[in-house]
Amino acid sequence: MTYVEKLRDPTAETAPTRRARLAPPTSLEGKTVALMDIGKSRGKEFIDRLEGHFRNAGIATRRYAKPTNTKVAPTAVMQQIAAEAQLAVIALSD
Amino acid sequence: MPDALLPHDGLVIVAKRDCPTCVLIEPVMQSLDRAGPLTVLSQDDPTFPSGVRSVLYDDSLEQSFHLGIEAVPTLIRFEAGREVERVVGWERSEWLKIAGEAAKGDGLPAWQPGCGSKSLDPGVQEALIARYGETGLRSRAIPVGNWDDPIEACFERGWTDGLPVVPPTDERILRMLAGTGRKPDEIVGSIPPNLAPCTVEKVAINAVMAGCKPEYLPVVLGVLEAALDPLFTMHGLLCTTHFSGPLVIINGPIARSIGMNSGVNALGQGNRANATIGRALQLIVRNVGGGIPGAIDRATLGNPGKYTFCFAEDESDPDWEPLAQRRGIPAGRNAVTLFHGEGVHGFIDQKSRTPEELVRSLAMGLFGVGHPKLVRAGNAVLVLTPKHYRIFKDGGWSRRRIEDALYEALKRPGKDLVYGAQDVAEGVPESYADKMLDKFDPPPDGVLIVRAGGPAGLFSAIIGGWPGQRVREECQAVTREIK
Repeated sequence: MTYVEKLRDPTAETAPTRRARLAPPTSLEGKTVALMDIGKSRGKEFIDRLEGHFRNAGIATRRYAKPTNTKVAPTAVMQQIAAEAQLAVIALSD
Repeated sequence: MPDALLPHDGLVIVAKRDCPTCVLIEPVMQSLDRAGPLTVLSQDDPTFPSGVRSVLYDDSLEQSFHLGIEAVPTLIRFEAGREVERVVGWERSEWLKIAGEAAKGDGLPAWQPGCGSKSLDPGVQEALIARYGETGLRSRAIPVGNWDDPIEACFERGWTDGLPVVPPTDERILRMLAGTGRKPDEIVGSIPPNLAPCTVEKVAINAVMAGCKPEYLPVVLGVLEAALDPLFTMHGLLCTTHFSGPLVIINGPIARSIGMNSGVNALGQGNRANATIGRALQLIVRNVGGGIPGAIDRATLGNPGKYTFCFAEDESDPDWEPLAQRRGIPAGRNAVTLFHGEGVHGFIDQKSRTPEELVRSLAMGLFGVGHPKLVRAGNAVLVLTPKHYRIFKDGGWSRRRIEDALYEALKRPGKDLVYGAQDVAEGVPESYADKMLDKFDPPPDGVLIVRAGGPAGLFSAIIGGWPGQRVREECQAVTREIK
C-alpha cells in the first residue's frame, strides 16, 4: 500500500528532514522508569533483573505489559506509561 | 511503457476511442498498418483501433506525455529514432504527405479536427509532470514510508493546525501553482516570527494543505501580502496573550467567482473558499514563519477563528458602499481587509425600528468590546445583517452616516469610566474624569462596518479587535488590492 512516495516541505526548511531523537536524560534521579513486558518468552525474567538493579540504585520503576505479544500495545497502556513514567525499557527479546 | 516500444523508423498515431475523429479514421489506420510499420498508441482502449497489429495501450499516458500530444489523432513520422513530421487531427492532404497513398481515406471528409488528448484532461498534465517530468519545484522533498499514511506523516512533522491537512504532493502543488501567473520562486515576503523568506511555491504548498482550490491562490497571496504589511503587525498579533487572530474580509468580484459565502452562516462553517483561505494564512504563519501555539504564540485562550476566519462582504445592494471602497480601493476591484479579530459576539435587537434607535442600541453592544469601561483598547468589526441593514436603508442612511452616528454614540463621560467608577476597579485613569472619551478610533478605522448574513434574524455581529490597535500609527486594519 503506497499512498505517496514523497511530500514537499511546507516549512522554511531550517530543521533537518530526519527528526532528532530525544536526548537521553542526564540523570535518572527523581524519574520513574517504565518496564514494559511485551509478552515474549523470558521477557519477564529480563524485567525482573532490571527491576532489581533499578531498586538497588534507588530508581522508581513501574511495570506494564501488553495483553499479547502478537499485537501492538493498546492505546490505553501507552497513555498510562506516558502519564506515569519519564523513561521506558521494553523487553523485546525471546 | 519504455521508449523502446516505439518504432525507430515508421509511423506512430496517438488516438482514443472516445474521439469521434479517431473512430472516423479507423479505416485509415487499418490501411496504414497493411502498408507498412505502424504503431498506434491508444489512450483509452487497448482494443482500439481494430485490425491494427501494433496497438500499445498508453493507459498511464506516459508516452503521450513524452511525445507532447495535445490532441488526437496525432500522426508522427519517425526516422532514425527522431521525430521528423507531425500532423494533428485529420487533414487528408497532410496525412498523404506524411504517410503516403495508404492514408487517402476514401469517403472521408477532407478535414476534421481532433479531440483533446487525455494527457491534457484537467489536472492530468500536472500529475504526469510529477511522475515523468521535471516539476521545477525547489522545496525539499520529504520521503514518506510505503506503509505510512501521509496525513499522519504531516501530523507527526508538526505541519498541521490540529486538523488533518491535504498532503502536499507534487501534482497537487503544480495544480495549485497553475492558479497564479506568478513565478514559483518569487519571494512574497518574510513571514514572522522567524522572518523566513516565503516563495510563491511555499504559499502554494500551504494552500494545498489548507484545502484550497487553485483559483483561490491569488486571494491567498493577497491575504498574505496584507498580513505582511508592517501596519498590520502580524508578529505582535501572533505573540499576544490576547484572543485575537487575523480576520480576513474579501471584497470584489473574485469573492463571487470563487464561490465565497457572504450570506447564510457567512461567519460559520461549510464554505470551502471561506474555510481554506483563512486557514492557508494560518498554516503559512505556522509552517514558514514558525508561529507555533505555546511557543511564540502565547495566547491565553485564543479563539476558534485562529483555525480560520474569513468571509466575503455582501455587495448585492448598489446603495451600499463596500468596506474596501470605504478604505480606498476603487469600485470593482478585488481586495482584502485584514483585521485583528477576536471571536464573534452576537448582538440581538428585535425592537429598534429607526436608524437612531438602532445606532444607540448597537453602541451599547459595542461598548462591551474588551471591557465596558475601557476605551481605545482595540477597534471592532460590525457585521450588519440584512434585517438590521434594512432599518438603515429604509431610513435613507448611508454607510458614512451610520459610521458618524456610531462614533458620536460611542462617546462616554470619563467620570463614568475611571478606575473604581460604578464600583468596578477596571477603567481609565482618573486624569480622564473631565473628558468625553471615544470608545474607538474615528471612522473609517474605529468600527469597520461590513454587510453579511442570511435574510432572517434581527441580529448583527460584533467582532472585537486587539489592544495593539490603540496606537493607530503603529497598528491598524489593512486593506489591499488583490492583484
